[in-house]
Amino acid sequence: MTIPDVAAGPSIKELQVGQTLPVVVKHPTTRQLVMYAGASGDFYEIHYDTAFAQKAGLEGVIVHGLLKVAWLGQLVSSWAGPNSMVRTLEASYRGTDVPASDYRLNGTITSVEHKGEGSALIGLDVWGESADGTRTTLGNASVEVWE
Amino acid sequence: MTGPVVTMTVEAGAIRRFAEAIGDPNPLYFDEEYARQTKWGGVVAPPTFLCTLLAPLPLPPVEFGTMGLNGGNKFECFRPVRPGDVIAAQARLAEVRAVAGRSGGMLITEREIRYTNQAGDVVATCRLTGIQR
Repeated sequence: MTIPDVAAGPSIKELQVGQTLPVVVKHPTTRQLVMYAGASGDFYEIHYDTAFAQKAGLEGVIVHGLLKVAWLGQLVSSWAGPNSMVRTLEASYRGTDVPASDYRLNGTITSVEHKGEGSALIGLDVWGESADGTRTTLGNASVEVWE
Repeated sequence: MTGPVVTMTVEAGAIRRFAEAIGDPNPLYFDEEYARQTKWGGVVAPPTFLCTLLAPLPLPPVEFGTMGLNGGNKFECFRPVRPGDVIAAQARLAEVRAVAGRSGGMLITEREIRYTNQAGDVVATCRLTGIQR
């Protein structure tokens, strides 16, 4: 099996407030929304039934909020590496997003707290933005990283 | 107010399908051989995986607006979630409030789900902010 290239994780001694995480770009499709509905058990029709979504007042189907926060979790955990644990992850959905449009996930370090046992608790501002640059998901996270 | 306790045995296949659905290729979520070499010593679930276990909250139906939206979520993770774990979930109604939004009134419902494993440890909590408008 080919193992995807996953970062080993940051060196916790070099972490600094203000540092940015590598941007993760998603290109959601209606297929992905159906996959997420099936994997999560969230079968609310506004995520896969265009007629239903339009009747509810939307332009079309929209991306699950919980899928967007899962992407923020991926942004943080893929950067932090396998010897880490996302401790908190909070997202507020300020706008809807549609499939077939790029979605960019960003993060900035806001705090670094060195703990005993060779770990650090890293605070982050995280957000997701639509293709037009609107920040439709605002959030914060903390991740514990072990040396 | 709290809902009933619901339980789920975490399956490796469910973790893998969740990771595939969110498009996360991290082998920590499906490759046992890779995961054994990490701090966790085996496959674990992605941070938001437990939201797949929806603990019901029997609220009286409220006729309000034309749609329900997810306004926000907050996850707190205390312990890793592994295949074979038996997770019990229970939802609690934290808050209900009516607010004036840009496009009319909104009804906000805050639910919190607490997840406990077979050892009795709280592994995670998830807060869900529902918006009816």
